[in-house]
Amino acid sequence: MSIRELTCIGCPLGCALTVTLEETANGVEVTDVTGNTCPKGAIYARKEVTNPTRIVTSTVRVSGGTAAMVNVKTASDIPKSKIFDCVEALKGVEIAAPVQIGDVVLANVAGTGVNIIAARSIAKN
Amino acid sequence: MMQYDLVIVGGGPAGLAAAVAAKDHGVDSILIIERDKELGGILNQCIHNGFGLHTFKEELTGPEYASRFIDQVLERGIEYKLNTMVMDISADKTVVAMNREDGMIEIKAKAIILAMGCRERSRGALNIPGYRPAGIYSAGTAQRLVNMEGYMPGKEVVILGSGDIGLIMARRMTLEGAKVKVVAELMPYSGGLKRNIVQCLDDFDIPLKLSHTVVDIEGKNRVEAVTIAEVGPDRKPIPGTEIRYTCDTLLLSCGLIPENELSKSAGVALNPITSGPIVGDNLETNIDGIFACGNVLHVHDLVDYVSQEATTAGKNAALYVQNGAAADAKTVEIVPEGGVRYTVPKFIRPTEMEDNLTVRFRVGDVYKNMAIATYYDDELINKRKRPVMAPGEMEQVILSKKKLAEYPDLTKITIRIEEV
Ligand SMILES: Cc1cc2nc3c(=O)[nH]c(=O)nc-3n(C[C@H](O)[C@H](O)[C@H](O)COP(=O)(O)OP(=O)(O)OC[C@H]3O[C@@H](n4cnc5c(N)ncnc54)[C@H](O)[C@@H]3O)c2cc1C
Ligand code: SF4
Repeated sequence: MSIRELTCIGCPLGCALTVTLEETANGVEVTDVTGNTCPKGAIYARKEVTNPTRIVTSTVRVSGGTAAMVNVKTASDIPKSKIFDCVEALKGVEIAAPVQIGDVVLANVAGTGVNIIAARSIAKN
Repeated sequence: MMQYDLVIVGGGPAGLAAAVAAKDHGVDSILIIERDKELGGILNQCIHNGFGLHTFKEELTGPEYASRFIDQVLERGIEYKLNTMVMDISADKTVVAMNREDGMIEIKAKAIILAMGCRERSRGALNIPGYRPAGIYSAGTAQRLVNMEGYMPGKEVVILGSGDIGLIMARRMTLEGAKVKVVAELMPYSGGLKRNIVQCLDDFDIPLKLSHTVVDIEGKNRVEAVTIAEVGPDRKPIPGTEIRYTCDTLLLSCGLIPENELSKSAGVALNPITSGPIVGDNLETNIDGIFACGNVLHVHDLVDYVSQEATTAGKNAALYVQNGAAADAKTVEIVPEGGVRYTVPKFIRPTEMEDNLTVRFRVGDVYKNMAIATYYDDELINKRKRPVMAPGEMEQVILSKKKLAEYPDLTKITIRIEEV
């Protein structure tokens, strides 16, 4: 059995959650969540300890465009443990203008199955 | 001299949404003036996700959110001038602006919308002892350097102030390979959103030290170390609590203030609490035909509210262009009390206002299990329980025109924080 402390981000109340985890044959299972004021907190806690995910945003260089950098993001959320691999994979990536919002900048980033897409348009210089 | 029905100063989210609303309410002669080389305002440097949750039910990045409004402006063929700085606005609604191609230009407007946004509190105002070596940046400047120029200000970072921009930059610089050693916050609570504390600090084990401030900065040419100390209830450092961090960069995230130099020269009356114009329910300032919206009016936490407010300003500016000054109507003041720091608007016209008017405000402290109470004179009209309220998040009350019509002799509305 192990205990994890989290802060719920479901609303500004920011309840301090205590999650109890149990090793079972099916892997780690959440057996108890306390400290949540509403059910959203328990749902958040379960997801956060079993499969935490995040959208990652960053920038890459653009050549021949009206701006030096274009901001990019993962098309959907990726496992939290892959955040650094994702940013690492973007190092040195450079794309050529023009760039359209939604263009795929890097496919299947860090083996997550998720693409990195452009989050703004940059015209050719 | 050029002539336009409506001139909008600033092409950020406020200016863009105001322009779209004015056009949709029948004004065709509109000019947006923006000093930067592109539309979108400060959103262009906010590359993190989380914008537009309320408006689009999606978590957009700043530039994506901006582009939705830029597209609407372009679709409507609304005119705009980039790289153009407004230098002066006069009470007779003459706008003086300057750019490289045209030099100095004078524009006569029937109505003006102020949408200049805000700026960061400068470090001069912070009174930190020690030298002024290189390596001290405002969080917003660092955001611009990293996100738009691709330049990293440093490798080992201490952040003073836990406003959202500082929190966002803690994560951004960590992901770019810097070591963020600590975020120190003078107040006993953070000025930033909970979500940002969890996802920008907790995710990366960056400590947040509440009730702490910077007491010393070492280094002559470049920052070498920063010492922070705990502060007491009087916000003075407590001797013996100092902790020294070696670092090459200090970021300051100490709040935003509305940018109102132009408003002042036009004679627009400002509220000392918000540093923004005093406005009525139609977001008109004390000068007929000059309206304000967005961060120039009061600093917003969510850009969605900026867009909503700007839509109201755009619509009312259109009415002014079409019908001239509103007929004199009775006004009722909204008085903030007991923890409510200010309200926008500051007064309403019960007979002229919208059917349901959103009054926005901030509280001065953290309140748990308290209520927002609305009084018409001495009569309690509404009481809404709030599990938690904090200075970092905007609160609101909705006033109903129908309800107000039942109180023809009303002299004031009071909004206050009370026991449940
Ligand atoms: C550094 C910084 C970072 C921010 N980061 C975040 C964030 O991460 N998340 C968030 O939700 N909010 C953030 N904000 C708040 C954000 O500013 C608002 O949500 C929103 O952008 C406000 O819109 P606005 O149109 O009122 O102001 P702005 O976006 O600031 O737009 C004002 C525009 O007016 C122009 N302007 C000003 N003066 C003149 C003049 N004299 N002549 C011509 N043009 C002029 C400016 O160039 C600018 O483009 C940040 C604010 C700042 C200052
Ligand atoms: S548990 Fe419910 S009340 Fe508590 S922070 Fe999460 S969403 Fe808000």
